[in-house]
Amino acid sequence: MEHVLQQIGIDQYIYLSIILFSIGAFGILYRRNAIVMFMSIEIMLNAANLLLVAFSNYHEDANGQVFVFFTMAVAAAEVAIGLAILVAIYRNIGSIDIDKLKNLKG
Amino acid sequence: MSTTILLLTLIFPLVGTLINGFWGKHLSKKVSGAIATLAIAASFVTSCIFFAYIQGSQEPVKVVLFEWMKFNYFTIDFGFYFDQLAALWLLFITGIGTLIHLYSTSYMHDDENFSTFFTYLNFFVFFMLILVTGSNLAMMFIGWEGVGLCSYLLIGFWYKNQDYNNAAKKAFIMNRIGDLGFLVGIFITGYLFHTLDFVALKEQSYLAPTLGIATMAFFIAATGKSAQLPLYTWLPDAMAGPTPVSALIHAATMVTAGIFMITRLNFLFDLTPDVQHIIAVIGAVTSLMAATIALVQNDIKKVLAYSTVSQLGLMFLALGLGAYEVAVFHVITHAFFKACLFLGSGSVIHAIGGEQDMRHMGGLRKYMKVTYLTFFISTLAISGFPPLSGFFSKDEILLTAFHHNIVLWIIASLASILTAFYMFRLLFLTFFNNFRGTKEQADHLHESPSVMTLPLIILAVLAAAGGLISIPGNSWLNEFLKPVIKNNTASHPHVLGTTEYLLMGLAVIGALVSLFIAYAKYIKNKQVPVNDNNVSGLQKLFVNKYYLDEIYQAIIVQPLNFFGSFFKNQIDGLINGIVLSFGRVPSELSYQGKKAQNGNIGLYLFAFVIGVCGLLYYLFMCY
Repeated sequence: MEHVLQQIGIDQYIYLSIILFSIGAFGILYRRNAIVMFMSIEIMLNAANLLLVAFSNYHEDANGQVFVFFTMAVAAAEVAIGLAILVAIYRNIGSIDIDKLKNLKG
Repeated sequence: MSTTILLLTLIFPLVGTLINGFWGKHLSKKVSGAIATLAIAASFVTSCIFFAYIQGSQEPVKVVLFEWMKFNYFTIDFGFYFDQLAALWLLFITGIGTLIHLYSTSYMHDDENFSTFFTYLNFFVFFMLILVTGSNLAMMFIGWEGVGLCSYLLIGFWYKNQDYNNAAKKAFIMNRIGDLGFLVGIFITGYLFHTLDFVALKEQSYLAPTLGIATMAFFIAATGKSAQLPLYTWLPDAMAGPTPVSALIHAATMVTAGIFMITRLNFLFDLTPDVQHIIAVIGAVTSLMAATIALVQNDIKKVLAYSTVSQLGLMFLALGLGAYEVAVFHVITHAFFKACLFLGSGSVIHAIGGEQDMRHMGGLRKYMKVTYLTFFISTLAISGFPPLSGFFSKDEILLTAFHHNIVLWIIASLASILTAFYMFRLLFLTFFNNFRGTKEQADHLHESPSVMTLPLIILAVLAAAGGLISIPGNSWLNEFLKPVIKNNTASHPHVLGTTEYLLMGLAVIGALVSLFIAYAKYIKNKQVPVNDNNVSGLQKLFVNKYYLDEIYQAIIVQPLNFFGSFFKNQIDGLINGIVLSFGRVPSELSYQGKKAQNGNIGLYLFAFVIGVCGLLYYLFMCY
């Protein structure tokens, strides 16, 4: 008997990925809180990871999963830096609302 | 003849210029003036050595330093040509120049730009020497331009007065018009004869069809530099400069450059009799016109300035009649007595503290004996009383005119009779009767220091005795100039018959009558000229200088100004608008584009997502 996960077709994984990515993208567009936007980015990243893993399994090729490991490692580093930047922003302007970040306006 | 000595003649004034120009501010006034005077005096000594040489050997010296310009078929040398004509000019430029430098050391003593003055003055002498010794037309042109520049600098020497600056600019611009004529003349001559060298030109010149244009152009150049109609109006205004400048540049040397140039090119002018005729007529007319204006001037220097124009007119009359040596003779005697008169007037102005109006003078005879005596001698000389120098030179011109054209003789005689009148008017108003100035001026009156009177005495002696160099019938000058002037037998009446003595007598009687009219008017009746606004009739025409300045203003200056403002306001604006609009388009575009960058991160992200979607759509749907 096949594993239950293997019974789920590749289509479903793709749809799930698309939904997750869209949630992330809309989150970026509609929310103004920098932390929430950060989370949205992570969701989009993981949507891509999910797709990679799904296709890796589908093609029975391990390369995709190696990619995902790398992605996760890079994402972890990115989160560390990103959160540090957010802390710095908060210290400077007392808020993490991105609408208040207009110092770079030309 | 050692060429070193000849070149030293030119180099001394240049050295003086450089020393005073670079270190003058650090030198004391005494040293600065001494250097300048010694530089010219040294030139005078070498000029004398050269003169002694050429008087003996008759051999001109040509010095070529290097090849200056090379064209296809002819070259222009950077060279100098020392001949009899140059020798005469060298002598009186450096001789009178030394005296005037000496005089200036005292006259300019209180001036803050003392060393600058001597820098300019030495520089002027340097260029004047180049002008007279240049071996070709291009070299002469260097000097021609140089003396024009120095004249400009010295007229506007008291640059804080805007009127003086305007006078300087007027002189410069008027001279530029003449200089253009000089250039055209050079070009045509070079084109016709393939050389600009005086010696080569003398041998090679022939009557070419366009030669008349060239000589006419040279004559126009001469009218600019030597203040003849129609370009003379700058010279009276040039009296804005310090008086020694008027004496050196605007009476003795620079204004005779035109006569020098025409004498140098006598072989070309002899080929074009029509141009010679124009020269004679213009000379005679200028002479009479300037003499009539001088009758009513009240500024002591202006009278002398118009007198200079008038005398130069007589010289041009002689040139036009082909009597070059007579013109040269008058140049020399005129340099003596006019320099003396100008320096005398400077002495007077110095004594009254800057006053130049003769109506506020008078009676100075008692206070300034030396100035009065020298002035009196020079006045007699310029009026043509025998046996002073002016009598001989002026009479030769009149005689020449009489033999050629009776109308020109009448005009010239009238001019010389008027000369006697206005000069005695000047003399009587300045030195006779009682002093008419203020009380303070009267207390201030004094004779000038000996540094100033010494040049006056020397010049007065020369003005008295200068006629000896060319006594009718036995003329040293004519013999001396023989190698320079090609057709020198054509003009000069050597024989003195009854007619000649009669004419001489007439001229002297005319001058005497003028003297007595002036005496009756200004000494017996003690008349003082009225205000310029209260004159009428012919006198009004004279006072307003025949409205020549006004005419030039109306027909040249105002149209030019009109065109200038038209182009400035209309055409310039149009072109400016077109050019600027090219810049305005990108500027406007980027201004609009700038608005997208409003600092709102949300908007950036939105644009980013839209962009990614667009890219994806493009990649997947279009391939």
